[in-house]
Amino acid sequence: MKVSAIITLKKDVLDPQGKVIHQALDGMGFENISEVRQGKYFEIDVNENDPNKAKAVVEDMCKKLLANLVIENFKIIETQ
Amino acid sequence: MKSSVITFPGSNCDRDMDVALKKFGFSNKMVWHDDGELPKSDLVVLPGGFSYGDYLRCGSMASKSKIMQSVINFAKSGGLVMGICNGFQILVETGLVPGVLLRNKYLEFICKNVFVKLDNKENTYFKNLNKDVLEFHIAHNEGNYFCTKDQLKEIKDNNQIAIYYCNSEGKIENQYNPNGSIKNIAGIFNKEKNVLGMMPHPERMIDESLSGEDGSLFFKNLLNNIK
Repeated sequence: MKVSAIITLKKDVLDPQGKVIHQALDGMGFENISEVRQGKYFEIDVNENDPNKAKAVVEDMCKKLLANLVIENFKIIETQ
Repeated sequence: MKSSVITFPGSNCDRDMDVALKKFGFSNKMVWHDDGELPKSDLVVLPGGFSYGDYLRCGSMASKSKIMQSVINFAKSGGLVMGICNGFQILVETGLVPGVLLRNKYLEFICKNVFVKLDNKENTYFKNLNKDVLEFHIAHNEGNYFCTKDQLKEIKDNNQIAIYYCNSEGKIENQYNPNGSIKNIAGIFNKEKNVLGMMPHPERMIDESLSGEDGSLFFKNLLNNIK
């Protein structure tokens, strides 16, 4: 089954890319924005039918490689 | 004295480091990332570059490569491990030194000479150096050192800050911080001070006519300290 992981920067970590994107959007006329934060999205096809087991595997991946827990948080979503 | 430089796919300062180490008397071996075993070494160097194309996060892929388990074991048994630039990024990803290296504050790739102030000479790397301020070269996009408040307190309490960005007189101020690093930090030790990660490249400052010679001072002194 497919499991997705969303990695986001923690609140107090500076995100210069998000800031620049915010400025660009602002310049394009999207003025109703208070903040933009950039993150990462992974779609992982796990050979496992039990959703809980599949999510547990992806959680382990996030902790060991996909996210750096000093600066990032992760959220796991079952997609299929 | 024996040294080993690890080459990852995308490393590009590995041969510069080889030249520098040999120039000052190390017998150096180049080691491929896919090798399982580390040759007998007094010093292991993780060089600069763009290992694995900086995929995912700089250094994250290299930190999981085959040779790194041997490097981690070597470091944990007290062996000297030095990571320069991308090598520093690899070290933080292994957890051997605390913190992370974020994108530079103003999103620019920075390539220039900088001055760094030594904070702590009670270690094999800087012991007996007769200068407190060195001129090194930096070339990086992700050198913005960051750590949590708790980690910062811990590294300060344990004297783990190795070098700070400063001016030629050794003044550590925000205006001399090239990349937004927390507290102007340019290099960090592990708790035991046998592992050193730093963004500046001493191996680029070893030629009297092409660069400065503060790198020469560093390598000569390091060799004497290891002997």
